[in-house]
Amino acid sequence: MPSLKDLKNRINSVKSTRKITKAMQMVAAAKLKRAQEAASASRPYAQRMASVVANLAGSMGDRAGGPKLLSGTGKDQTHLIVVMTAERGLCGGFNTYVVKEARSLIRKLATEGKTVKILTVGKKGREQLKREYSDLFVGHVDLSEIRGNDYTDAGIGLGHDITARFEDEEFDVATLVYSQFKNVLTQLPVAQQLIPAEAPEDAETVDLNGAIYQYEPSQEEILETLLPRYINTQIISAMLESGAGEQAARMSAMDNATRNAGEMIDDLSLQYNRARQAQITKELIEIISGAEAL
Amino acid sequence: MAEKLHFSLVSPAKELFSGEVDHVIAPGTEGEFGVLANHAPFMTTLKNGVVRVLDGDSTKMRLFVRGGFADVTPAGLTILAEEAVDLGSTDAATVDAQLEEAKEKLLAEGKDGAHAGALQAQIDYLTDLKAALVH
Repeated sequence: MPSLKDLKNRINSVKSTRKITKAMQMVAAAKLKRAQEAASASRPYAQRMASVVANLAGSMGDRAGGPKLLSGTGKDQTHLIVVMTAERGLCGGFNTYVVKEARSLIRKLATEGKTVKILTVGKKGREQLKREYSDLFVGHVDLSEIRGNDYTDAGIGLGHDITARFEDEEFDVATLVYSQFKNVLTQLPVAQQLIPAEAPEDAETVDLNGAIYQYEPSQEEILETLLPRYINTQIISAMLESGAGEQAARMSAMDNATRNAGEMIDDLSLQYNRARQAQITKELIEIISGAEAL
Repeated sequence: MAEKLHFSLVSPAKELFSGEVDHVIAPGTEGEFGVLANHAPFMTTLKNGVVRVLDGDSTKMRLFVRGGFADVTPAGLTILAEEAVDLGSTDAATVDAQLEEAKEKLLAEGKDGAHAGALQAQIDYLTDLKAALVH
């Protein structure tokens, strides 16, 4: 049976924990709003870009002669997996879900006898994967310096890095594993193929009614400038989605924590009051029986 | 004019314009071109320059784009710009300030710095933008 003082101390410590989680929840809610706005502002560009790539790829017909970013190297032996997680924890299962998705992909590729290389974005994913796969790491991108949802430079940097590695024939297929922001309550970990570039199946394509596209300059030159940008765009929008998802996950995790702390305080207060009552009764009995004995 | 052209201009930051217009004139890398409704499918890269949106014969809106792509399909014209600003809502003083800032950064970085290329491109863009604002 804990003493009254112990209980009082515990109640106070849970109360200050609740203050912290409450503050974190409110900070996350404010950040989420901004992150969500940034993510939805970038969506039209990404969608249009995807449909332009889909149109171009569709009109290419035979892909064999096209640029390698679109047609691939013709092999799929070496895979590069880009794992995108948050820089900070305390956001529920957010990072763990992404890592789980990445891990199952790595296992699947390993059983098929493929070579896997891992590039991590965000500290948390790297920490979780380090134990098992540290020998597969080829690089890391730190996002902790990013302020205000401006991922443009980081995204373009990573995009250049990946395309350069591809040109050096370090890998054949690149896949990006990140958390897609569905809504505040759901973040879905997904694996998306970056190279060879694939237009999403739901991208709008336009029926040309048999008309022939004209290109200025040539189709190859356009593709050569367009594809690296398409990859950069995909990376940037993944970063934005992941950032919004992180805040949403942190907000609901901290909301839960605040509620749990509240319940714990109620339980402890009840226990404290009972103990206090018991002590008063005990003292009264002692006084009364003392008086009777006289 | 009976038929309208669906035109949208998006940059990674936001969608700057989307709607029905009569005529759009854009700066292609191989020359300026105009797009009317029912243009043949056509795709080109863009250079820094002004995109003009015309309703009838009057210019409705002028936007400055920094490179990108224009895609003409039967559904309309889509411009994917690297960066774009509405010239109607920008003033020379802000651009000047940005230009000065970029120049200082380049000086600080030196010619061989990691970001020198990107900064030079930024300066070129801002200089072009300033020139477009004056006209």
